[in-house]
Amino acid sequence: MKGKLRRFHQARWDEPIIFQLSRPGERGLLVPEVEEGIRGEVGDVLSRIPPELRREDPPALPEMAQPRVYQHYLRLSQENLGRDLNVDVGQGTCTMKYNPPVNERFVSSPKLADLHPLQDEDTVQGILEIMHKLDLLLREISGMDRFTFQPGGGSHAIYTMACMVRAYFAEREEAERRDEIITTLFSHPSDAAAPRVKGYKVIMIYPDEEGFPDIEALKEAVSERTAALFITNPEDTGLFNPRVREFTEIVHQAGGLCCYDQANANGILGITRAKEAGFDMCFFNLHKTFASPHGCGGPGAGALGVTAELVPFLPVPLISCDEKTKRYFLDWDVPNTIGKVKDFYGVIPAVVRAYAWIMTLGAEGLREVAKVAVLNNNYLMREILRRVRGVRAPFHLERHRLEQVRYSWEELARDTGISTTDIQRRVADFGAHYWTSHEPWVVPEPMTLEPTESYSKEELDEYIAILEHIAREAYEDPETVKSAPHRSTVGKMADHSYFDDPRKWAMTWRAYLRKYTGYFQPRETGEGG
Amino acid sequence: MNKDEKRVYPYIPNSVPEVQEEMLRAIGVESLEELYALIPKELMFQRELRLPDPLLDECSLDRHMQGLLEKNKSTREFLSFLGGGCWPHYVPAICDAISQRSEFLTAYAGEPYEDHGRFQALFEYASMIAELVEMDVVSVPTYDGSQAAATALRMATRITERDVVLVPKLLNPDRRSIIANYCDPEVEVLEVGFEPETGLLDLKDLSRKLSGRVAAIYFENPGYLGTIETRAREIANLAHRAGALCVVGVDPISLGVLAPPPRYGADIVCGELQPLGVHMHFGGGRGGFVATPDEERFVAEYPLRLFGIAPTTDGAWGFGDVAWERTSFAQRENAKEFVGTMAALWGITAGVYLALLGPRGIRELGELIMYRAAYAAKRLGELPGIRCPRFDAPHFKEFVVDLNATGRTTREVLAELKDRGILGGIDLSGSFPKLGQALLVCVTEVHTKGDIDRLAAGLAEIVGGGGR
Repeated sequence: MKGKLRRFHQARWDEPIIFQLSRPGERGLLVPEVEEGIRGEVGDVLSRIPPELRREDPPALPEMAQPRVYQHYLRLSQENLGRDLNVDVGQGTCTMKYNPPVNERFVSSPKLADLHPLQDEDTVQGILEIMHKLDLLLREISGMDRFTFQPGGGSHAIYTMACMVRAYFAEREEAERRDEIITTLFSHPSDAAAPRVKGYKVIMIYPDEEGFPDIEALKEAVSERTAALFITNPEDTGLFNPRVREFTEIVHQAGGLCCYDQANANGILGITRAKEAGFDMCFFNLHKTFASPHGCGGPGAGALGVTAELVPFLPVPLISCDEKTKRYFLDWDVPNTIGKVKDFYGVIPAVVRAYAWIMTLGAEGLREVAKVAVLNNNYLMREILRRVRGVRAPFHLERHRLEQVRYSWEELARDTGISTTDIQRRVADFGAHYWTSHEPWVVPEPMTLEPTESYSKEELDEYIAILEHIAREAYEDPETVKSAPHRSTVGKMADHSYFDDPRKWAMTWRAYLRKYTGYFQPRETGEGG
Repeated sequence: MNKDEKRVYPYIPNSVPEVQEEMLRAIGVESLEELYALIPKELMFQRELRLPDPLLDECSLDRHMQGLLEKNKSTREFLSFLGGGCWPHYVPAICDAISQRSEFLTAYAGEPYEDHGRFQALFEYASMIAELVEMDVVSVPTYDGSQAAATALRMATRITERDVVLVPKLLNPDRRSIIANYCDPEVEVLEVGFEPETGLLDLKDLSRKLSGRVAAIYFENPGYLGTIETRAREIANLAHRAGALCVVGVDPISLGVLAPPPRYGADIVCGELQPLGVHMHFGGGRGGFVATPDEERFVAEYPLRLFGIAPTTDGAWGFGDVAWERTSFAQRENAKEFVGTMAALWGITAGVYLALLGPRGIRELGELIMYRAAYAAKRLGELPGIRCPRFDAPHFKEFVVDLNATGRTTREVLAELKDRGILGGIDLSGSFPKLGQALLVCVTEVHTKGDIDRLAAGLAEIVGGGGR
């Protein structure tokens, strides 16, 4: 075996729920005292709240001294792997790349952290300049004409695109007629879900035999009811749809708009752009492609760019620069604006990190990112297919992928009964992360790997070695895989009904205490398991 | 570096040419370009991107970035009374220490085993918010408080199978726009007026608008302009009688002194997490939550992730997604709304904050804010021509200063305060023209009596009163 397997064991603190750590009387933080002068001056202000609106009994929060709170959360952090500590190639579609710590220095500066969004513009010229300049950088990277940073993540950007599509056709008095949005099965689930919020019917294009979205199905789907195409490219298979330009032309001929979900942009930075492929809008996830950390599931940012024709519909405010005075300002002059989709101006820390990341790489560096992401991915695929038993990469066996691959363990599952979710639990025993894939699993027993540019060849070899080892175990010692994890934070959760049965589930500690005593002993109220 | 030498990038281990060659050999191709064979020639970008020259070394990057940030003057360099949904609260050091932990900061959608910590931390955050709002179900955070309100309202339309929602006219205009966007075109949003003297919801107008189509009435406690909605119980009763739900938006930091909304009839509670240990970040540090009773008719309508607790084979606390099949990850176009990367890190941080504060802390903090805000309102109200608070109602944290009788515009007053190093508040003259020249002032635990006296003295000089 090439890569070396780690004799790993994750921290296993057996940490109680924080409420169990509560000791009456302890304090974690003291609050400034009301100055004497104030009490005398204003009297008993609490009595002005009507009794029914007043809270006399304090909320049942835990009572803990400060070191104990800190220790509890440090332990929980140790029971969380995070990207920095592992070869995080197992979360395909999510671009788990290096998040440079220097960027944290910028975002934690009081010059950013303590800025209020409604300060006078002359006191926030630095952040407005960063926002404006990131807009300019992304314009060049995509070919679009203007960006907004309001969407709070990729799904939110998809939703915002749907708002834009609707406003565009409302202005042309076609909103009622154009009520369909077309997407593909290997685009992100939110490309189908978010447009529904805006009242659209969603038409799903399935892959053809080669794994590309079926162009004949698209031709049949478009009509005078088509509002827009929402599509990822490369799709979650890592296959770049070579006929994407035809796709956008077909939709444009039907009078629809073309919206590009660029969640999978990491392999094509500086290689190919939204504009040349014929898109009217696109968005980047600043927390994926542009190195802002994922924060356990946000905050992220969806930077949404549009062509000149659609600029008048963007959310307000945009950030503009007065060319004469070189002064940056919040630009509310957007004639057909959809208004707002998020409080204030978006996730500003992600904007700052993305700007810094692009500035330290430059044009050549961005191409290097893309090329190495693709190189790493093809190396990983080649070695996995060569060395790991029971796995294949459906569609186009002879072709190269871009930045990720959706694999299938169908053969291994058939041979051994070990599923992709069993493998997922076992990977945790080796100090790595593994995600199955977005549903539906049209690729049976799926695994989607995206190595990004951030991992060395040796690290890729290590991940391959983990998969190779687990696959061999599946054939030789399946029970070890089935009963995994063994060296992770907690043992296996074998009974899924705790998550699906309304009588048994508990989403808060107060619900738990209502349903159970001790360790999942049902209370005798007829509730619980 | 030699001109012909290939550049090696610190963030990219495999930018080393020898390694690239070795990997290309393993793949069986000659060049990196070959790997792009699927991209048609006409789509290959033909030139280099026109980007500024890179700041390749970290030293230069740091200098460049600090130079840009230096152009900002933060609220620390002023005495700031700006609030309006992004509030100046003290952020305890441990909140930063935990939210900056690499294990939390850089993780993503982690699985229940290797990323157990995130599940437990978010379960605990939900549990602590649940104690504040007295609900048994609390979501993993959504984007912000406005999105939480918008989602709560769409949940209400599905639960009641109705298609109109009511919101107060005195609402943060941004939030109004976000809700409107999120409801259009399937749900109609109607505004309920306010009583001009108290700023409270006009119950007559509410009764008129509570038709059989109304799914929910949304109101906030405290409201956008700081008033406490004293007739909350009546509003909930009116809603329920009309078959509608009562959705209440809260400032969670008020819930040590204000009653949890279910006690006055709320069916869904939502709110903004920023006060709980999250820096303002130019309005970029935000997260929202939605809370409901533990009933299937509510749980089934959440688009957001919900984390639950389960036993493990080794007797530990295990965690995972509850009712995963309802989410857009599983349902795609048949889902209820959508879920994705939202604001989990701020949920973890809010949990740390609430654990530090504890029951006594949240109570004392709420009292402190009420006393200081009341003191500020009183001091400002003593100045000639100033009516403060503008509304005759109990307040929390914020209040309106009516400048109409001073003969000065809000803009002038703010500019002159700024000359004195004070950011006096938010100008309401544009967003609420009916209030005329008016200012929204925010007072929290970060403002001492001395700070408030300084604001009063500055304002006194501007409006021509001696003050004290």
